[in-house]
Amino acid sequence: MNGRNPILAEAPTEPMTGISLLGTTALLFEAPGETSLAVQRRIWSLAREAETWPEVREAVPGVNNLLVTWREPPRRLAAIVERLAAAWETASPLALEGRTVELPVVYGGEGGLHMADVVAHTGLSPEAIAEIHAAPVYPVYALGSHPGYCYLGGMDPRIATPRRKVPVLRIPGGAVSIGGAQTGVSASPGPSGWNTIGSTDMIFFDAARTPPALLQPGDSIRFRIAGVVR
Amino acid sequence: MIRLLACGALATVQDRGRLGALRWGVGTAGAMDAPALAAGNLLVGNADEAAGIEVQVLPLEIRFEAAAAFAVTGADCTATLDGVLVLPWTAARARAGATLRLDRPAAFRAWGARSYLCVAGGIDVPMVLGSRATQLRGAIGGLEGRALRAGDALPVGRAAEGPPPGTGLVPPAIALPRAVDGVPALRVLPAAEYDRYTTDSLAAFWGEPWRITPQSDRYGFRLAGPTLVPLRPLELRSHGIVPGVIQVPHGGQPIIQMCDAQPSGGYPKIGTVIEADLWRLAQAPIGSRIRFVETGWDEALAARDALDGWLAAARRDLSCLSPRSAA
Repeated sequence: MNGRNPILAEAPTEPMTGISLLGTTALLFEAPGETSLAVQRRIWSLAREAETWPEVREAVPGVNNLLVTWREPPRRLAAIVERLAAAWETASPLALEGRTVELPVVYGGEGGLHMADVVAHTGLSPEAIAEIHAAPVYPVYALGSHPGYCYLGGMDPRIATPRRKVPVLRIPGGAVSIGGAQTGVSASPGPSGWNTIGSTDMIFFDAARTPPALLQPGDSIRFRIAGVVR
Repeated sequence: MIRLLACGALATVQDRGRLGALRWGVGTAGAMDAPALAAGNLLVGNADEAAGIEVQVLPLEIRFEAAAAFAVTGADCTATLDGVLVLPWTAARARAGATLRLDRPAAFRAWGARSYLCVAGGIDVPMVLGSRATQLRGAIGGLEGRALRAGDALPVGRAAEGPPPGTGLVPPAIALPRAVDGVPALRVLPAAEYDRYTTDSLAAFWGEPWRITPQSDRYGFRLAGPTLVPLRPLELRSHGIVPGVIQVPHGGQPIIQMCDAQPSGGYPKIGTVIEADLWRLAQAPIGSRIRFVETGWDEALAARDALDGWLAAARRDLSCLSPRSAA
């Protein structure tokens, strides 16, 4: 560290826990180590704690990290950085017991435009990719990207496929896709750099509903193979 | 009610943004030039949370179905009410049936990229998750979650009495100018991956001007300039981001996330344009150039205070002129 980042320079703890600035709008806390559900449970716990602090507007989990937005940016940054680092050290895992939603997926075909790229990268058949993809129960780590979108944990690394070099301008809502070691389902049409391998019908977000998002951190998704189109 | 008679692309209903819905994956949206919207609301006696119309492509033509006070702020444009010129950043009044038209400015060098129309009472579309701001992705807020078009009728809320017609404000572009070599200078706080770029890349980042490419909109500004090279390839886990974050995709050309940006991402972040300078960026037209200037936490807060101070002074001055100032 060359001390350019004012937070890291002032932080009393070692920069093993990465705390960095997002302007005067927010802080980003990045948990050290490999991505895991155990770490994510501590992130959920840290989010609950941080949201009780008066200067914090929202504490929003990402994938093994936490975004903390300010109501008013604190005058003394070092104090809150110290507080966040300390809260992380004592954060005990919060085992959210959510519900499991089953999503029937048609793999490949028109709704899975990039299946061929995943086949080419992994050397597996579309049927094998569907089997591997539909095997786990995926915990929802976090919401983000767009309204109702869930970041899921637990994808089998055998079907990990790098993000696309050029993002696709529009993938439809319900698109099931793989980006690196992660998988997810688009909640509405939009641009994406991920590889779409299938599609599902589900309304993930309705602003008129309370809560507006179908799923929350701690819930789970199980994909069921409704068909594989070659 | 006001009715849109003519409307360029991508005009939307915006307020100061949807705060507190990141947990559902919902970004802030809101006016790209927040001070311009705030000033417009002050000029017509509106509450801070009132919504106005953000205009990106001129012309815009509306008819007032009922008499109303209004103000046009933000980017330079030629505003006429029934053919008579209207001063920008100034309270004005329209009779029922009057037509207001915003046209491309005649000036050779016009400032800005986004104009704002505020009407006394505010554009009274339903609140969605605490805000009237339009977010196109997910079709949330505004008028049916979409851009406005000719023929649309927009409800207007109950007006409070504002400052008298002819009352004006000095725009922040004049009150708080900031440029280096004639190019808008945006203050940037280094972000998490700042130290992961080559010395040459960092020197270029601060030292060279950046051009705003045509692939720039409310979602983000894609910049063209020197290629930024990381010391080694970076792969990050998805994490929350905010408007102003400067991401560097693998191609090495930065993207500044703006108001409609998705609330999370995975590209490396070299820095963040501070909140107090986002309006300057919002008003930088496609094809124009900007520069980045390094700043620190205390300086960034001072910049925020200066902008808040400008708004507070405007509020104070206008309240002296408003009939309800006794309150």
